[in-house]
Amino acid sequence: MLKLESIAWRPQDGEEILKGINLTVAEGRLTVITGPNGGGKTSLAKIIAGLQTPTAGKIWLDGQEITDLDITQRSRMGIGYAFQQPVRFKGLTVRSLLEIAAGGDLCNGEICQLLGQVGLCTQDYIDREVNASLSGGEIKRIEIATVLAKKNARLLIFDEPEAGIDLWSFTGLIDAFEQLKAGRNCSLLIISHQERILEIADEIVVIADGKVRTQGSREEVLPALLENEKTGRCPLHKEVACNE
Amino acid sequence: MNNITQKFLEIVSDYKGSFDGVAYNIREDGGCAGRQSTEHIKIESKPDGPGLVITIDPHTKGETVYIPACVTKSNINDLVYNDFYVGEGADVVIVAGCGVHADGDAEARHNGIHRFFLGKGSHVLYKEKHVGTGSGKGLRRIDPVTDMVLEEDAVMEMDTIQIRGVDRTTRSTTGVLKARAKLIIHERLMTDGEERALTDFNVVMEGEDSKVDLISRSVARGSSYQEYHSKITGNNRCTGHSECDAILVGNGKVNASPELYAGHLDAELIHEAAIGKIAGEQILKLKTLGLTQEEAEEKIIQGFLR
Repeated sequence: MLKLESIAWRPQDGEEILKGINLTVAEGRLTVITGPNGGGKTSLAKIIAGLQTPTAGKIWLDGQEITDLDITQRSRMGIGYAFQQPVRFKGLTVRSLLEIAAGGDLCNGEICQLLGQVGLCTQDYIDREVNASLSGGEIKRIEIATVLAKKNARLLIFDEPEAGIDLWSFTGLIDAFEQLKAGRNCSLLIISHQERILEIADEIVVIADGKVRTQGSREEVLPALLENEKTGRCPLHKEVACNE
Repeated sequence: MNNITQKFLEIVSDYKGSFDGVAYNIREDGGCAGRQSTEHIKIESKPDGPGLVITIDPHTKGETVYIPACVTKSNINDLVYNDFYVGEGADVVIVAGCGVHADGDAEARHNGIHRFFLGKGSHVLYKEKHVGTGSGKGLRRIDPVTDMVLEEDAVMEMDTIQIRGVDRTTRSTTGVLKARAKLIIHERLMTDGEERALTDFNVVMEGEDSKVDLISRSVARGSSYQEYHSKITGNNRCTGHSECDAILVGNGKVNASPELYAGHLDAELIHEAAIGKIAGEQILKLKTLGLTQEEAEEKIIQGFLR
């Protein structure tokens, strides 16, 4: 359903971050992208959502090329994106943000369900402004809820959803991802370093130095990643480069 | 009353065809278009000039009084002095919106000077909406003055909003707070085109443990210009907070100059201010939720002025 072909990206006056990424995300699958910091994972997610424009390459969603479509058009085609650093809004309430995400009014029960999935109590949050009064963990959970609220979802992208989320809510979040995978006709693309998220993946993609280093099923990729972590070896089997 | 007044009342006073069973006075082009008192709220003309005396009995609870004023044509300069005496322990809502309509080359103007005297332990929610309409070249002008004196333990919540279409406004608000009195002001202001708005707040906390919370949010669009001045004075153990945020759109300009004066060692005064265009990240986030650039800007502004 999502296909990336030779995606490259170089920021203005910067070095090339993505160097010819080829990737396919199949229908209804949960794919986790992992890899070292600075490897290009967030840049890739932003390119898929339309927040950044690739310097080369093509993107297809459901067989339609979307490389030249803007953020709004991609969202309307069903791409959702949860920011790694969520945005704050003075004045916009949690309810209004979720309703924008859902594309229409939501009843209290629907909001309760969405916030419950990210471990927040509706009564405490529904009329709160999405502003600086919320903690990092609270705003992160609301950010995730905005993506869960998307009704026409085809591909939902979450950039490090675990960051700032406490253990209890994290368990709920894992459940939410599993329910999404089982119950909705969409694919999930999650950028994460978290073992528990890797454990629910159908596919794992390791990106480093702007390239896909490994791609395969969880069973194929995860054992090696975990083993490398235990032994302290470079997950990319590039000890020399990592020790530099 | 004429059709323009009727439309204004719907906008500024949530008017649904009548004010049944409540106290009200409708001012239209300097005259009275309707008045009603209730058992506990008396509305009387001032004997010595234009305006009203509104007297709310002590311990009156749950009543609303409407005092809207409408200027429905050019070449009217309406001046009115309304005094509100709120009895001890009363808890009421006062709605005092204003609309000005200019259909000719001359100015249409309303100057509403409202004085509030809140008795001990009383509570007032004061709602004020301002709007300008009409295609005439004459300026639509509203210059409200709100002066408040809050006795011990009194609470005043002032919710004031200028929606659109007011070419010139000078908004002056003062407050004097006695012991444990609390004043909450929430101002929202939108200007566009060549409109100009000047806001001036001056609150003095005289009483021990008095408190003021002043929040002003504004949007300056087009080539409009806004000036914001506020002064909070703490002359006792007290708490004062003011927050002035403005969003600039197009060539809008805002000049904000807040001032704090602590005249007592235990006065705790805080001011926060932020002026700038809509953050690019906010637009991006709403675009990822399916909105266009224009829709995202509107949502952000709507929420900001909520």
